[in-house]
Amino acid sequence: MITQLPILQVVIPLIAAPLMVLLRHGTAAWLLAVGVSWASLAIALGLLSEVAGGGLVSYALGSWPPPWGIEYRVDSVNAYLAVIVSMVAAVVVVYMRRSVAEEVPQEHHYLFYSMYALCLAGLLGIALTGDGFNMFVFFEISSLATYVLIALGRDRRALMAAYQYLIMGTIGATFFVIGVGLLYLMTGTLNLADMAARLPDVTDPRPVLAALAFITVGVSLKLALFPLHLWLPNAYAYAPSAVTAFLAATATKVSVYVLLRFYFSVFGETAVFRALPTGSILLALSLAAVFVASVVAIFQGNVKRMFAYSSVAQIGYITLGVSFDSATGLTAGIVHLFNHALTKGALFLLLGGIALRAAAMRFDDLRGMGRLMPLTSFGIVLGGLSLIGVPGTVGFVSKWYLVVAALEQGAWWIAFLVVAGSLLALAYVWRFVEAAYFHAPDPKMAAGPGEAPLSMLVPAWLMIAACVYFGLDTGLTLGGAGEAAQVLLKGKW
Amino acid sequence: MNIASHYSYWVTMFLVIGGLYIVIARGNLVKKLIGVAIFQTSVYLLYIAPGKLIGGTAPIITEQFQVYSNPLPHVLILTAIVVGIATLALGLALVVRIREAYGSIEEDEILTRDRDGER
Repeated sequence: MITQLPILQVVIPLIAAPLMVLLRHGTAAWLLAVGVSWASLAIALGLLSEVAGGGLVSYALGSWPPPWGIEYRVDSVNAYLAVIVSMVAAVVVVYMRRSVAEEVPQEHHYLFYSMYALCLAGLLGIALTGDGFNMFVFFEISSLATYVLIALGRDRRALMAAYQYLIMGTIGATFFVIGVGLLYLMTGTLNLADMAARLPDVTDPRPVLAALAFITVGVSLKLALFPLHLWLPNAYAYAPSAVTAFLAATATKVSVYVLLRFYFSVFGETAVFRALPTGSILLALSLAAVFVASVVAIFQGNVKRMFAYSSVAQIGYITLGVSFDSATGLTAGIVHLFNHALTKGALFLLLGGIALRAAAMRFDDLRGMGRLMPLTSFGIVLGGLSLIGVPGTVGFVSKWYLVVAALEQGAWWIAFLVVAGSLLALAYVWRFVEAAYFHAPDPKMAAGPGEAPLSMLVPAWLMIAACVYFGLDTGLTLGGAGEAAQVLLKGKW
Repeated sequence: MNIASHYSYWVTMFLVIGGLYIVIARGNLVKKLIGVAIFQTSVYLLYIAPGKLIGGTAPIITEQFQVYSNPLPHVLILTAIVVGIATLALGLALVVRIREAYGSIEEDEILTRDRDGER
């Protein structure tokens, strides 16, 4: 049983998806989705404990030995990522029941859960697979499911957002597969570990450099690295609330992992960061993401869109950590994967509660929310504090390590910019505080029902509580991230 | 390096750039999807062309044949074609829904309508 964990992680949600379509029943499909998500979390935790301390689990699909067959290769990096994805899934799936019932037409419920299961299968597949082409297929499985989930939003703009994401996402995935194809032509293998072993023997470096460029641009599109983020704000703003929370916490994080894996485990740190100016380019784009996206966020009229732009900025912090190419920098980046997943997941879950009560998500609709929905509003304020990086929240942990990593390299100006970026976050979080606490509620709204239902509040507050808990007790998250960084820097997979 | 011996790569690059150009330059949602489809097709060529050796046969070991073509790219591209069709079908389905919601499939008209709706 233990030896089958890597494949079960992917196959359980993959099989559940068509089962849900056969069930044709919303509640039954939801129960199945809950079971699948919780089972995924249990498996991911099992895998993480299996590889703790620098272990490696290799699973040969259909008993075809690698490098001929497809291999699932799990180390502390992707086990950590699988835990993030399935943890968010396990929380969000509970929340989905009520939120989806309000936002998606009844007859589409079972299809919604089916798409959710497919998306989960795809994301976990990307995380675990050790095969380049397999990774592309899982990319497309998760992306196609995502396009459908976004298009299910109530607003008609959701359709256009899904279409634009489909075009950009497909271009990104195709760039990725061109890169993998060039690597295959030069090395004759698709197994990533095998590829890494053969790349040093390649005599003509030009196609390999082209592959690096194609993969970087393709994956950057998927992870919404500035300036390739244009699909993200609308997709997050108009998708159903539960979908936004799930995607914001998982999809971009998985893409960051793919970039890390190719940079450190396939091409190798020396080829990517020493021989090429990748670090400087990534640094410039990350800082641009932090500042441009934060400033744009301040001027948004729609709260959900504002937090979507804030996601682009936070992804900038993650790639900033990667660009340092040091143990501390990588630790900061990887721990921020986890911390941002918690923070943004919680924020979008809470906003979903407001979406049930308010007509729209504009700031004018939020007036007096502090009085109408005290728990929800207070949760959003706590999540906002974590985005800013106030001590006692997870955001502080990431920012602290980013600053330390910058100072390690003597780049005090980057440390200064990280802190300055936090001030911009303060500005946009303050806009919510002002609308929610410093205005009298609309009398029409005040007559309506108050707080969000418990089935939505509890999962959201669970994540907010985790934001505070992991901000105080960093042993688990930082330990995992530090170990993952060590494994990546070692280079061998 | 001989340009003529690499003509399949030239065709591939032409399709890559042509497809991307259509996606960027056209405002019609269906035409954009056709651009994406051409762009994806170029990848099929990129994978398959190097797998073929002139005079090569299927990799069945007999004494008669010494030169074999690589069958793996074909199998990979079979998967890629399925992915491409799924993407195109989903994209077209979205365009149908967009047309129902907006009454247009021209990107600029749709964006104008959204802007008017916000006021």
